[in-house]
Amino acid sequence: MRNRTKIIFLFILAVISILLYGFYDIKGGFDYAFPRRMIRVAAMIITGVAISYATVVFQTITQNRILTPSVMGIGSMYEVVQTVIYFFAGSMSIWIINKYLNFGVALVAMVIFALLLYRFLFRADKYPIFLLLLIGMIIGTLLGSLVSFMQVLIDPVEYLGLQSLLFASFSKVKAELLYIAMGIVLLSLIYGSFIMKKLDVMSLGRENAINLGINYDRLVMNILILSSVLIATSTALVGSITFFGLIVANLSYQFFSTYRHSILIIGASLFSITALVGGQFIVEHILELRTTISVIINFVGGIYFIYLLLRESRSTA
Amino acid sequence: MIEIKGLTKQFNKKTVVDDVSVSIQPGTITSFIGPNGAGKSTLLSMVSRLLDADTGEVLLDKNNVKKWKSTEFAKRVSILRQANFLNVRLTVRELVSFGRYPYSKGRLTAEDNKFVEQAMEYMNLMDMQDQFLDELSGGQKQRAFIAMVIAQDTDYILLDEPLNNLDMKHSVQIMKILRKLVNELGRTVVIVLHDINFASVYSDNIVALKDGKLVKNGPTNEIINPEALREIYDMDIPVQEQNGCRICVYFNSQTP
Ligand SMILES: Nc1ncnc2c1ncn2[C@@H]1O[C@H](COP(=O)(O)OP(=O)(O)O)[C@@H](O)[C@H]1O
Ligand SMILES: [Mg+2]
Repeated sequence: MRNRTKIIFLFILAVISILLYGFYDIKGGFDYAFPRRMIRVAAMIITGVAISYATVVFQTITQNRILTPSVMGIGSMYEVVQTVIYFFAGSMSIWIINKYLNFGVALVAMVIFALLLYRFLFRADKYPIFLLLLIGMIIGTLLGSLVSFMQVLIDPVEYLGLQSLLFASFSKVKAELLYIAMGIVLLSLIYGSFIMKKLDVMSLGRENAINLGINYDRLVMNILILSSVLIATSTALVGSITFFGLIVANLSYQFFSTYRHSILIIGASLFSITALVGGQFIVEHILELRTTISVIINFVGGIYFIYLLLRESRSTA
Repeated sequence: MIEIKGLTKQFNKKTVVDDVSVSIQPGTITSFIGPNGAGKSTLLSMVSRLLDADTGEVLLDKNNVKKWKSTEFAKRVSILRQANFLNVRLTVRELVSFGRYPYSKGRLTAEDNKFVEQAMEYMNLMDMQDQFLDELSGGQKQRAFIAMVIAQDTDYILLDEPLNNLDMKHSVQIMKILRKLVNELGRTVVIVLHDINFASVYSDNIVALKDGKLVKNGPTNEIINPEALREIYDMDIPVQEQNGCRICVYFNSQTP
């Protein structure tokens, strides 16, 4: 019951930040400004839910609370795919012009990347978490360098087009993807309602899960696909925010201290919505767009990440 | 009935379980004994589907364990592994309730709760049911895990060194409970034991492994004698009779 009260509290907080963002200082013209703001709010809700959900389930199947899909470089795969398309096919190709095809390709590439990552790094918990982290960082840097290298070689005019594709943010939401993103998140949540209890069992680890009758390998595969699809969706919509999932997932673990995924995921999503909408409010009205919310989140998230690492290293030492 | 047929497993080209065939008699306690590294845990993992065998097969009621539906198998066979580490913070009751998952799918009925409470009672956990596992001693935690597999209510219960961490009183108590599950409820227990005296006193059959190979398999009284024990452990172990129990005296202060 206490957890229910906490959820209601977070829900109210999220609603307040949405109302504040929607109605604050709207003198210019309600009909003009309000719908635009609501598109951003919709994007933030979708992104918040997608990242929270993806991170919590990913951490459950990999049995850790530090590594996230973004930290392992799954989000950067989006940039790699877009750059590769620009590099080889150019901005006029069907791969760019057709937004859905473009999104579909990125999605497939990210799912494959996630499956490979899992297959070679996480199976049979061969490696300690810090080594995995290091490998994740190296993969991320490698992908980043590859992207920069290709971008240098691209025609400058083309490069501007690529940049506008990659520099999505909450102020420049890719609105044409909003509906498909909404659909994907909704479908994922429906699927989620069937696996919530299984996820609870998964948090006991592979062996206990198998003992209790979970079809482990298949479920892991499904969840990996699920979490990379969700990350792909949020990255395409608003760009990648590396440390966001880490913050909201861990806030939720600490705030609720339960094993129940229905609570953990809803909690993390509400934290996300409040942080994103509230953060965007601050960025637009107080900082007057001198920075973006992703920058702030990655700054705060980076510090939190270091804190978690230090705590982890102390508890394993 | 569980039948293990020609089971072989290699790790990094090293054969860890070597062509082992053995049938587990229903309604008995079968102890697996043998030196460290003999392959007992590996064998048990293959029987319970935690690990795939390289060759050979395990049959439950004439059907290969890999062909069984996961949930149905989980209602017939449960396993408790040697080391249990959790990444989540659970109370004793929450952990034991997970044992009902194959039946309840996470929504506990009154009947499920009855099983959970009975299992906790068996394991003397009632007054610490709302404590978190990380606040308990190693032995108390171990009992909570055993309670979970008891709540799972399976015909076959596989336990890998469950007496680790337990004091004498609780070790004896658990062996008595296992006997009760076998004698009164017709369960079948397969247990890996470190201390051969527990195997000698409480089990019906003994399976002895050494270097991955089956070296002895038979009723307890045929295995607990100095000749057979020397073959298994490469040690001279006198056996003494005490109140009808055969006790292996493997302590020896005289010879180095
Ligand atoms: N996952 C693994 N990878 C490599 N070697 C292993 C693995 N599991 C067990 N072994 C090796 O197999 C042998 C048998 O191990 P185990 O079955 O745990 O023995 P026991 O339980 O009888 O002590 C040991 O030499 C151990 O080092
Ligand atoms: Mg062992």
